[in-house]
Amino acid sequence: MYRKTFLKALAASAALALSPLAGFAQDTIKIGEINHYKRLAAFAGPYKQGIELYVEEINAAGGVLGKPLEFIFRDDQGEPGEAIKIAEELMTREGAVMLTGSILSNVGLAISSFAGEKGYVYLASEPLADSLVWAAGNKYTFRLRSSTHMQASMLAEAAAESGAKKFATIAPNYAYGKDAVAAFKAALLELVPDAEFVAEQWPAVFKIDAGAEVQALERAKPDAIYNVTFGPDLAKFVREGGDRGLFEGRKVFGLLSGEPEYIDPLGDEAPEGWTVTGYPWYDLDEGAAGEFVTAYQERYDDYPRLGSLVGYMTAQTIAAALEKAGSTETEAIRMAFEGLDVATPMGDITFREADNQSTMGAYVGTTALQDGKGVMVDWSYKYGGDYLPSPEEVAKLRPAE
Amino acid sequence: MEFFVAQILTGLANASSLFLVACGLSLIFGVTRIVNFAHGSLYMLGAYVGYSLMQVLPGAVGFWGAIVLAGVAVGLIGVVIEMLVLRPVYRAPELFQLVATFGVILVVQDLTLMIWGPEDLLGPRAPGLRGVFRIMGEPIPKYDIVLLLITPFIALGLWYLITRTRVGVLVRAATQDREMVGALGVNQAWLFTGVFALGSALAGLGGALQLPKGGADLLMDFNILAPVFVVVVIGGMGSLPGAYLAAVIISVLNVFGVTYLPQSTLVLMFIVMIIVLMIRPYGLFGREEVAGEHGQVGEPERPIKPAGGRTRIIVAVGLAILALLPLYGSGFAQVLATDILIFCLFAASLHFLLGLGGLVSFGHAAYYGGGAYAAALLVHHFDTRMELAFMLAPLCAGIAALAIGWVCLRLTGVYFAMLTLAFAQLLWSLVFQWGDVTGGDDGLVNIWPAAWLNDTTVFFYFSLIFTVGGILLLRHVAHSPFGYALRAARDSQRQAEATGIHTRRVQLIAFGFAGLMGGLAGALFVFSKGSVFPNELEIARSFDALIVVFLGGVKTLAGGVVGAAFFKGLEDVLTRFEYWRLVMGLLIIFVVIVAPQGIAGTGRRLMRRLTPAPERQRS
Repeated sequence: MYRKTFLKALAASAALALSPLAGFAQDTIKIGEINHYKRLAAFAGPYKQGIELYVEEINAAGGVLGKPLEFIFRDDQGEPGEAIKIAEELMTREGAVMLTGSILSNVGLAISSFAGEKGYVYLASEPLADSLVWAAGNKYTFRLRSSTHMQASMLAEAAAESGAKKFATIAPNYAYGKDAVAAFKAALLELVPDAEFVAEQWPAVFKIDAGAEVQALERAKPDAIYNVTFGPDLAKFVREGGDRGLFEGRKVFGLLSGEPEYIDPLGDEAPEGWTVTGYPWYDLDEGAAGEFVTAYQERYDDYPRLGSLVGYMTAQTIAAALEKAGSTETEAIRMAFEGLDVATPMGDITFREADNQSTMGAYVGTTALQDGKGVMVDWSYKYGGDYLPSPEEVAKLRPAE
Repeated sequence: MEFFVAQILTGLANASSLFLVACGLSLIFGVTRIVNFAHGSLYMLGAYVGYSLMQVLPGAVGFWGAIVLAGVAVGLIGVVIEMLVLRPVYRAPELFQLVATFGVILVVQDLTLMIWGPEDLLGPRAPGLRGVFRIMGEPIPKYDIVLLLITPFIALGLWYLITRTRVGVLVRAATQDREMVGALGVNQAWLFTGVFALGSALAGLGGALQLPKGGADLLMDFNILAPVFVVVVIGGMGSLPGAYLAAVIISVLNVFGVTYLPQSTLVLMFIVMIIVLMIRPYGLFGREEVAGEHGQVGEPERPIKPAGGRTRIIVAVGLAILALLPLYGSGFAQVLATDILIFCLFAASLHFLLGLGGLVSFGHAAYYGGGAYAAALLVHHFDTRMELAFMLAPLCAGIAALAIGWVCLRLTGVYFAMLTLAFAQLLWSLVFQWGDVTGGDDGLVNIWPAAWLNDTTVFFYFSLIFTVGGILLLRHVAHSPFGYALRAARDSQRQAEATGIHTRRVQLIAFGFAGLMGGLAGALFVFSKGSVFPNELEIARSFDALIVVFLGGVKTLAGGVVGAAFFKGLEDVLTRFEYWRLVMGLLIIFVVIVAPQGIAGTGRRLMRRLTPAPERQRS
């Protein structure tokens, strides 16, 4: 019965030995990309296209360190254990020089722990959990996207200006939702010490009972609502809330609700007047931001989602790190990432040495309806570096190295 | 008061889709004895088909027409699934059809993604039903009122069909005694197809009806599965009034849970299920399962015997070749082999319960994940040495298994299976929602093995010793007097009791032992990955184990191990391709159809056919 395992391993090694690709292994620089292409197809698809767009651009311009850049995309089915297995394979068998990817925070944390243990560089592109660079941080893990703490702080700032005092929160009942509420609360109470939180609702993620949630929020009679639901949960919440008049006369602050991934499926029922973080690609026609939108639309005949931008910036960051390292050795890449500056469609970002977090920011604006579609208006770009704790505070948050 | 009324109305409206999907599942199970895992996929298809039809058909007539047509379309899809996939496996060993329906899930997931694309679709509103009614001052969406009025009518119609028509008489007769219905000259094949189509249509209808309250997305199939199973079990399998009452209870309770216990919404449903089954073991309106229904489908099982000399040599050579893997295999080959070995032990522990004990546990991940979490929590909170945590973890899992087994063994058959599932889900929701202790879905990270074990090759040997040792121990116990007693309890409880075997105690010990071995696999897993997440406890993991055991062959000793190696190996190869779920699903369905005895069972059969008769007699 064990023969099967053996034969498979034998066949696999034979196939590898015979594979014509093995001979060319030295010719490209390979990056191992692990994601949930099936489990979260709506996000992973545009993200992958963003990466491919940049890879095409840089390879047309001569590649990195004189070699073409290549991403190896692998599906982990959203399983952390599977992701670690794939990470091992990418690094030891496929000859990848570093790892990147993941949208789900738990998978990101698993790869990060693995990377720290084995000494592989990992650029966490999308996962938002604060602990990734703080409580569970390690020197091999870097994060591109602005974390939950950063985006929640941006919204708390807007909430403080709104003058509302009584807040209700609704967030999916898992780590991301809990972090997002805790960060918002802390940031808001700092700005408005007499703010009050009158209700906290915690629907199970993707299993929201929207009617009941709306009733429970209405019962608390808050001045403002902080909303962290997304995807199908957001759609149900918006519809029930709209029907039952929950949003009338109330301010709503929605984390991520302005991202095309989440607001577009709502069509003409997109909420109006919410303060949200998102991606107003339709207004971007100048500078690097506009160039990216144009290039993306030309290449794919489709508009970019936030995931597309993150994918593009991921590939860009990795190319920049490799150029700065001047080598594909792990230690050289790791050193290059510390304090790395990258010029991106969102402007210049820096990977802070204190916590390996980039200063990528987010667009904050107000939702409105235009031509039967939800958009962000009156938006502005908030620089991520302004919403990060100081290096001294970070030192307390991160485990000693 | 107003608030309560509003909440109850909301709960009643939520109950409709749940009821439709659940009663479809209940009907299918009642007549065909198929536990249809793919029922959630049919619900998802109903939503997608309904959505597309609503884009084409205009106005109110179009809207309601689309809902009806979606039901019809999904009913037809049900016919196709029944005829192509399930018919060939009705004669297979009990519950083997589970594997086939799992293959269907995978195929439907990828086809849906191909046809409708990855983006979530927001359901259109019902024409003329925008806005709310004010009931005692509380706003209740008009569509909610329509929903809660429609459902009793559909329920009544079904009740009429089942109790007052000839078709209904046949369906009920088939639920009671399939053989007899066949003997009376009723074409069973078409009866089964018809019932499967009706059940599918109801699921499709449920999916289309909820569109105005939500929409269609690719995660719908698994999301509805747990609540639907809960409803069917609480109501009593096969009972329509039971399904309705249970759907209402669950939905209304959930609405109140949202208000008063917002953090424990996941746990609530499973606690209700456990309480109901403790008080009424066969659900609110269910009947005790007809004795003798289980374990008698297909040919009688041949007695097991210790492996012959030739088999032993083959296994020994195979093991030796595996043990030498680090000499010729890459580092990754060792990692992959470690993964497969751990999964083999996990599957073998379930196979011990399922094959030898006849105890179909749907929640075996509780012990695997439980062992993994026990080790991780010990390391994380108490700084326990890795070696100690590794030894304690299986013990914790074993004790948990004893406790759960003690409760579950009051039931039999599918109710037993569902209660084990409920406990596993309870554990999962606890781990998921008790973030302060377990880290919630951010899991527990940095649980790496001690320094001497850190090397890939060393860990491979460590796993090899424990997994092979565990599997051999499981096999050894199967041949011991205890193993015989366990099989006796499975085959005939009454005769076993008469010979002085305390069957319940034997089964309980088997439960604890299997839990212990599952926990050992979990402990190996957590140190091989350095982290653990609630995924290791969820339904999907329990299903994985069930699938591989059935795929390998329940009625052979090697079934679990062969299935696990096959499945894991296949997964490793297939996930490299874009539409791997489709290919995987089709492959599973193919294997199910050509090898209804499972892989090991079919292999044994082929071996027997190839072996000349005289030699067969000698061995």
